[in-house]
Formats: sequence, structure tokens, C-alpha cells
Amino acid sequence: MCLGVPGRLSEWLDRDPLLARGWVEFGGIRREIHLACVPEAEVGDYVVVHAGIAISRLDADEAERLLAELRRAGEATSPAEDES
Amino acid sequence: MPRMPLECPLPNEPDDRVLLAHGEGGGLMRRLLAEHILPRLGHDPSLPPDDAVVLPPINGLPVLTTDAFVVSPLFFPGGDIGSLAVYGTINDLAVRGAQPLWLTLSMVLEEGLPLSVLHRVLESMASAAKRCGVRIVAGDTKVVPRGSVDGLFLTTTGLGRLVDPAPTGSATIEIGDVLLVSGPVGRHGVAILVAREQMPFDPPPTSDCGPLWEATAALRTAGVRVRALRDATRGGVTAVLHEWARDCGHTLVIDEARVPVTPEVRGVCELLGFDPLAVANEGTMVAAVAAEDAEAALAALRRVPGHDAAAAIGEVRARKSIPVLKRALGREHPLVEPSGAPFPRIC
Amino acid sequence: MKYVDEFRDASVVDRLLEAIRRRTTRRRTIMEICGGQTHGLLRSGIDAALSDVVELVHGPGCPVCVTSASLIDRAIELARRPNVIVTTFGDMLRVPGSGESLVGARATGARVRAVYSPLDAVALAEKNPDDEFVFFAVGFETTAPATALAVLHANRRGIRNFSLLSAHVRVQPAMEAILAAPDNRVESFLAAGHVATVVGYESYADLCRRYRVPIVVTGFEPIDLAAGILACVEQLETGRAAVENRYGRSARSEGNRHAVRVLEQVYEPCDREWRGLGKMPGGGLRLRDAWRRFDAEHRFEIFTPAAAESSVCRSGEVLSGRIKPHQCPAFGRECTPDRPLGAPMVSSEGACAAYFHHRPDAGPQLVEITSR
Repeated sequence: MCLGVPGRLSEWLDRDPLLARGWVEFGGIRREIHLACVPEAEVGDYVVVHAGIAISRLDADEAERLLAELRRAGEATSPAEDES
Repeated sequence: MPRMPLECPLPNEPDDRVLLAHGEGGGLMRRLLAEHILPRLGHDPSLPPDDAVVLPPINGLPVLTTDAFVVSPLFFPGGDIGSLAVYGTINDLAVRGAQPLWLTLSMVLEEGLPLSVLHRVLESMASAAKRCGVRIVAGDTKVVPRGSVDGLFLTTTGLGRLVDPAPTGSATIEIGDVLLVSGPVGRHGVAILVAREQMPFDPPPTSDCGPLWEATAALRTAGVRVRALRDATRGGVTAVLHEWARDCGHTLVIDEARVPVTPEVRGVCELLGFDPLAVANEGTMVAAVAAEDAEAALAALRRVPGHDAAAAIGEVRARKSIPVLKRALGREHPLVEPSGAPFPRIC
Repeated sequence: MKYVDEFRDASVVDRLLEAIRRRTTRRRTIMEICGGQTHGLLRSGIDAALSDVVELVHGPGCPVCVTSASLIDRAIELARRPNVIVTTFGDMLRVPGSGESLVGARATGARVRAVYSPLDAVALAEKNPDDEFVFFAVGFETTAPATALAVLHANRRGIRNFSLLSAHVRVQPAMEAILAAPDNRVESFLAAGHVATVVGYESYADLCRRYRVPIVVTGFEPIDLAAGILACVEQLETGRAAVENRYGRSARSEGNRHAVRVLEQVYEPCDREWRGLGKMPGGGLRLRDAWRRFDAEHRFEIFTPAAAESSVCRSGEVLSGRIKPHQCPAFGRECTPDRPLGAPMVSSEGACAAYFHHRPDAGPQLVEITSR
């Protein structure tokens, strides 16, 4: 489901496990986002934001890896299989 | 024995707020006008206020427009209901090829409105009018019970003189014409929504609320063949394009990559799920010009302060079935007419 | 914007589409269950570009579309109470219940407000202690952690005038119901990337095994969608049926344990009426008993009974992929985005609205060739 936008964590405001909050930048503007679900995120990390909360810490390496793989592709890719 | 109150039990009327009595004619209203309203609108105190004003003859055809302003919140980054009421009406004259000359002002005030708010709005109006060389010459004030309006509603009527027979009208838009915007889009709607909902964005996005008279004059001086001009208010650029497509019968195609959008507006729109093309503006216009004049038009616009981001965003082509298309992600797809203000989405 | 723009590169999308065409030996049927993915597929033109080699069936992935008319009616009833303000996501405002929508009710006095985040609704409740604030909690498991956090925040901050009307739905029971239907044509799923981000995708393995369908966790940008479809096709062409993750930058197999913990602390699974699809066992989330005082169902006596669905609206068949929107007799005639009969026509991500706007060629007069 739906509208989850990656943004860059630029500042922690509150590290309380429940009330955790920080500034997340989207392009040229930043918004206070609730960070209780990504306590491990550090300044500079990208997080995926949905309905005002971060639901994951974006794996930058994996993003680069996929893009590189797809830019090379045209032929069938070798998928990363998890379970059969 | 009950104790007698030492103070007079009759309540004092607050003297820092608008009261219903202020709208009833008579002494209180006279004082409201004389002490609070007229001085702030630049009225000559030696002249008695009158219900009607006799204007000097104008050199050219008169052009008339009117608009009501009900924005909430009353004050927002980049403007307020007062400046909006002045620029909004002036811009309607400007895009019609008229030099704005005079405004009338009708105010409906909510009982209980702090006078300090009224002062601020009036001062902002006076400042905007002065910037455009326009005078507010007649008006009316009413007060309604608390809750009937949100603070205050304004209606301004603007009278100008026609100086430019162009634009020739949206029905004259031709295949091959170029579509331009005078600046980045979506700023006003985003600023208002964020301010009204008190969304914790930083920096608070700013409205583009401002006059378009200089920009339209620049196009005229450059000798550009302008088919249609419109300030892209509610419904944004998209609403204007749909109207023009209906009037001319051709298809208007917008190239998303060429539409100027500030990083702030882009960020807010991505997060809330809005298309900047469908978000309101209050100081940005769309123009349809002859293709050969597009370069000159852009050069002229970009020389006007505040319009350096003016850009060509699309073109007009023969209609197959869809009136307005957007080219994005390598493909063209319909740009749907907005049916109301965008709401923040989760999907 | 970083991690957005790169995944919209049209030339990469084109090459992926070419690879999909080369790889398919017969037309494949793939379903996505996510309104955001439906919209992305249509808006990027991937749906139309692949239609001769891949049939993309748009499943019941728009939580706004599957929220029962009855729940919408109940939200409207609450919004009409003198001291109650109903807050919800903007998507929900124009969806008709059994009669009017929330925004229609607002025109006759109901107090309704759109918010971006349920936590903004909590902040509103705190600033306005004289009114009761009810958050109409719509959404899949992607959204449930946010609404759960709202309850936990309200509890921690001692906010007494906030409650939730839960309309949350769970994706996996719907996937199972679709696969279990005797006339099911779906051969493979694009799994919703943000649901998987929250709850993970380990539990999909069971579905793969039992129904022999590949399930590929997929993102939302054009490159993600094309890559997901290619992975499905790859598996189908080589006879595999496995769970695969093509949205690894956000989704992990175990999901986000913090989000899951928050979700499970506040919610438990329940049966849920899915609009147009009937009762889905385990298809919803409801507030646990411990959080009763934040549950609008308990806090207020709500009288609105269960409502009958429109007999003309065939959203159930559209949502389960049995018919395409334009095959519904009411499509484009009695039912348009301005006068919708059911949710999929009014929700910006609903399959019917998406078709209406993006596939004008798929008009009611066209008959789709469904298989070769």
C-alpha cells in the first residue's frame, strides 16, 4: 500500500522510544516525523515516511545495487530468492 | 444578608473588538470608519466619507471585475486576506489587458473580531494598493453575528482601463501555440494548507500572492501575440488548461519536466500526494502565445522581478480525444480536471 | 528527490518492458493488491504497454475502496454529533457510504477534517479539549502502526478526548481468498511493498507453496513495478513459485519489528466486511480490549445498522479481478468520479477511477480480449 516517501533524517528532536521525533527533509523542505519505528536511524540516513511516521530505514546500498543491476539489464536478472 | 457587590455589575463592552453595533449605522459605526478604517486606507480626512464616488473620465474602455475573498487562515506566509483581496482583483484586470485604477472594498466582519486584526488587514491592503498605484475609493462595512463568517470576508471590485486589445481570447488558441507559466507553480495552495492545518514544515512554505500587472505589461511591450492569459488560482494550472481546451477545441500538452516547481512545493506535494499543477496560485499566470513569440515572451517575463523562473511548459496540438495531456515518465497520459481542493492522501 | 527520481528513469523502464516481452511465451496474469501500485502502473503506462503479454489484474488493494459502506455511515453519524469532530485521511472524504459521503455530510453540518497523519489528529485533540476527536482509521498494515502510535501517544500524554474508529484491513486474507476462489485466474502476485515493509513477507511462503504462485514484493515507482513484473514472469516461465523481494531497499523478510510491536500492542486481527467482497475472516484489525477507552465503537453508542450495498455497483467483481472496470454496465454512465456508485470510482487509487482517467480507450463499448 501506498504513499510512502523517502526523506533524509537531518536532526533528532526526541529519542524517547515512544515519542521519538525528528526533522526529515524532502527535497527542499523538512517536516517533523515520528520515528518510534526506526530508533536505529541516524542523521544522514533516509527513511520511508507514510502518514507522518517512518516505517523503515532505507537501505541505501540495496537501492544502489538494484539500480546498477537494472541499468545493466535488458536481459533476465538473477533474482534474490528467499523462500520456495 | 447577601453581600452587595462593590463594583458596578453592568458589563463593559470590550473596546478592542468589533461589535454588532458597529455595523448598525450611527455613532459607533461612524467612529469605526473614522478612527479605524478610513485612515488606514489612505482616505483624505478633509473629505466626508460618501456612499458613492464620482470618478474622472478615463482614456479608453472601462474594464470591471469583482471577487470575494474568504481565505482561512487570515494571515499566511507571503500574504494575508487583505493583500490577496487587492492583488487578486488587480490580476483579473491585468490578465484581461486592463490597467487597474480604482478598487471598492466591501467588508463583512465577524462580531468579536479583534480590532488589531482588522488594522493589520487594512494596512496590508493599503500597502498592496499603493504598490500597484491603485486607490480604494468606496466601500461598505457590515458586522454579522459570531460564527457567520470566519473572521472576515472581503469583496473587492476593480475598475481599470483597457490598454491592450490582446489577449484575443482562449477560443483563438491555435495548434502549434506554446504554453507558458510566469513562475513556479503551486505555492499559494501549499502555503495556505500548511498554515491552516499547522503542519510542522520548515521553513513554512510561502504564497506567491502578488501583482501580475508588470508581467502582463512586459508581454505587451515585447509585442507578443498573446492568445490567452489567466492567473491560475483555484484548481491551479490544470483548471485553466481544461477551460482553454474546451474553448479552443484543441489538445493542450504539458511536459512535466519543464514545469517550474520550488523544492519546498515539490517536497510537500510528494509527501501529501498532490500534483503541483492542480494546486492554487495567487501571483502566477498561464499564457498561450504564438510559437514564434515564445522566446521573446519568456525573455520579457524573466526580466520582471519575481518572474525569473518563467518557463515554456507545453504546446497545443490537434485534438484526438483527450483535452489535456501530461508528458511524464516517458509517456503521455490524461491530466484530469481537479474536482475540488486536493486533500492529503495515504494511497 | 533522492531515491525517487532515479526510480522513475524512463529508459530503464523501457528496457525492462522489452525484457518482459522477450521472456513471455504466453500471456500471463498478474495481480497487484495495492492502490498505489495500481495508480503507478496506469500513470506510467506500464499497464497499457504490456497488455498483450501481461494481463495486470487490479486487486482489492485500495483500503479506501474496501472500507464497508456501513463503517462510513457510522463515521458520518459520529460526525453529526454536536461535540464530535471526525478526522481521517483525505482519500476517504468523497467515498459514498450507503448514501452520502463524509464531505457531503459536512455540507449539512457534520464536522469532518482531513489530516495527513493520525498523530496530527492527536495534536488537534490536545489543542481543543472541549471537543471529542474521532480518527477514522482506514488503511492496511502499512498505516496501522501510525494509528497505533496515535493511541499510544494519546495514552502517554493523558489526552482524554481522542478515540479511533478502526476500519483497518489485512492484505494476506484477501490474497488467500482470491487464490482459493474456484474461478481464480491469477498466476502471480505483486505483493504490496509497504505492507511487507511493516509486517515482512515470511508468511507469503505458505501461499506460494499451497497455490504454486510466485509472489514478488514490489515497490511503487515505475522501475520498481517493471522489475517486479519481470521477476514474476521469470518465475512463471521457469516453473518456480517462490517469494522474492524486489523492494529490498525498504522491505525485509522479517518486516520492521518496532512497527510490528506497536501494531500488535494496540490491535488484534478480527473478521471484517470488505466492501463488495463480503466478510473476510481475519481480514481486519480491531483495538484490543485494553484500549477500549480509545475505541470509538465503545466510547459512543452508534446506532447506524449494517447497510445494503448498491445492487448496481459491481465493485466486488472489479476488486477481485473478475471484470475490468469498463466491463461494468454502469461504468462511465450512471457511475463516474463525480457521481460514484461505489468506492473504486471515487477513490483516487480505485481501479474504476484509474481506468476512467487513464484508459479512455477502454470505454464501455469495448470488449476486452481476456486470454489467448
